[in-house]
Amino acid sequence: MDAFITHTGTAVPLRRSNVDTDQIIPAVWLKQVSRTGFEKGLFSAWREDPGFVLNDPAYQGASILVSGPDFGTGSSREHAVWALQQYGFRVVIAARFGDIFRNNSTKMGLLPVVLPGEKVEALQAAVEADPSLPVTVDLEGREVRWADEAVGFEIDDYTRWRLMEGLDDIGLTLRHADDVAAYENERQPWLPTTV
Amino acid sequence: MEQSRNEQEEIMGRTLAEKVWEQHVVRRVDGEPDLLYIDLHLIHEVTSPQAFDGLRLAGRKVRRPDLTIATEDHNVPTVLGPIADPVSKTQVETLRKNAAEFGIRLHPMGDAGQGVVHIIGPQFGLTQPGMTIVCGDSHTSTHGAFGGIAFGIGTSEVEHVLATQTLPAYRPKTMAIEVSGELPVGVTAKDLILAIIAKIGTGGGQGYIVEYRGEAVRKLSMEGRMTVCNMSIEAGARAGLIAPDETTFAYLKGRPHAPSGELWDQAVEYWKSLRTDDDAVFDKVVEIDASTLTPYVTWGTNPGQGLPLGASVPDPASFADPIERSAAERALEYMGLSAGTPLRDVEVDTVFVGSCTNGRIEDLRSAAEILRGRQVKTRTLIVPGSMLVKLQAEQEGLHEVFKAAGAEWREAGCSMCLGMNPDTLQPGERSASTSNRNFEGRQGKGGRTHLVSPQVAAATAVTGRLTAPADL
Ligand code: SF4
Repeated sequence: MDAFITHTGTAVPLRRSNVDTDQIIPAVWLKQVSRTGFEKGLFSAWREDPGFVLNDPAYQGASILVSGPDFGTGSSREHAVWALQQYGFRVVIAARFGDIFRNNSTKMGLLPVVLPGEKVEALQAAVEADPSLPVTVDLEGREVRWADEAVGFEIDDYTRWRLMEGLDDIGLTLRHADDVAAYENERQPWLPTTV
Repeated sequence: MEQSRNEQEEIMGRTLAEKVWEQHVVRRVDGEPDLLYIDLHLIHEVTSPQAFDGLRLAGRKVRRPDLTIATEDHNVPTVLGPIADPVSKTQVETLRKNAAEFGIRLHPMGDAGQGVVHIIGPQFGLTQPGMTIVCGDSHTSTHGAFGGIAFGIGTSEVEHVLATQTLPAYRPKTMAIEVSGELPVGVTAKDLILAIIAKIGTGGGQGYIVEYRGEAVRKLSMEGRMTVCNMSIEAGARAGLIAPDETTFAYLKGRPHAPSGELWDQAVEYWKSLRTDDDAVFDKVVEIDASTLTPYVTWGTNPGQGLPLGASVPDPASFADPIERSAAERALEYMGLSAGTPLRDVEVDTVFVGSCTNGRIEDLRSAAEILRGRQVKTRTLIVPGSMLVKLQAEQEGLHEVFKAAGAEWREAGCSMCLGMNPDTLQPGERSASTSNRNFEGRQGKGGRTHLVSPQVAAATAVTGRLTAPADL
């Protein structure tokens, strides 16, 4: 996973709430067994509408998605994160996220940023007025900046550290293999096995 | 620090979720997520291939294949025969290869144990009280019906569990949903959970583990409890659970993987301690009176957009919140509905009974009861959640009832719950569905979904309009 410290790019306003992962990437796209090529499926149903914001040439190349509340609800498909990243997004900003999506994002280095609803709307309005407006998402300083606005956001220290170092969770856990083995020796005797 | 936190909780009493969580902490360090042991890992073909690839790339093994089980469900056709779509076929074959390579028990298509991943765990007795259970699937919350912590994970986490049998996670906050009173006759667990989601919204449970409590919950069968816990994620909660009791123990006893003999007695004794202490404090409490409920149906494109069947399609202007208003406008446009239309007048093209929400034997029995001696007016798919459910239904003669009514009796699978296999809606087609998601395109591109109970689904099949059994 690539380290994420700070990122400056342009942003796309997605003025919809409850953007569930079935919209981010519909089920037909989940049949692939590889990890690549999902950008084609990103919002594929909505992208058929020429008026959809991602089809607006003014927003081409944007790397920050600014959505209405409850982004990434529903299915646990990590393909939603892969699709967003492979399309070119590095950050999603919303007032609320689905828990599983948010978790999946931080595993992959796509930064989910929670801002208060009115700040999300202010940012959407700002990029609607000027699609070329540079927006900075500073993970180190826990702040989103655009024009003369600077809005702080919360993220726990551990996740922030992991993202800034670009660390793989599995490698971190394997350092504690002894603890896992010790726990396994103490498990209740009636717990089932699948064999 | 840790010590004092635990001691304090001891004094204050603990919730069921906290007890189960604490029991599974492998490692706890200030400022880091807990490392949680996972008792059971369920796998299916869609969210696992890239995880196995990751293991191979890093030269890692599956730590506990004996705590892992796989099934084929999302892609499988529900009519006999091979998978026609080559991409689906590759995905299923990839699971077979991975299961063989890493030594994981798999129930492939055609196998007597095959079925939807959340149906097979409980049916084998693998899902037990007090366990931690994960799966690369958001409806893993289903298993919480037995009093454990069960939640959906993404593919990176699937890989993590395969490699380590653990997951780093922060303990969610706890929410109690207290359901007082009794469900009226004809009102089901599905109506209850749809009403709960309508009340707290699709984001209401975000960041929480929900414990469903109260008289109406205690009276539910295990099937009903699974239906309720299944849709916790539709309220935003990653996990939902219900304290185990005699109903739970009776369901488990004698199942292939349930403990037996002395271990059974030991287990039951422990399971009885798995309840929220009387003086425990939840971070949030929501109350709902079951006795006021009637059959529920969704009108929009998220599961929180639901109303009693006796109501009419709402007017978007009636929503005070501008975001909800515009969501309602969009939903009505997508659903092809106009404000003020009585929901009972909405005509459907297809009825689907099945899925991990309502594909268990009790669901099929209640649909059969309504279809017995009647004829369906719409295309009606009855899809058992597993091959064992199918077998049991056939032993009870339910399949004859369905066929005589003109419904289609299918093989086990996810079927029309999601548009990944041949069972889909065509653009503009409308369904009454016992599944869990009415998202745009969920059942096929352009398809329009109304979520309902099996009883309402069956009654709707008879009239061709959204109908409660009592209306027949
Ligand atoms: S039945 Fe539906 S919700 Fe359940 S596992 Fe299958 S696709 Fe997911």
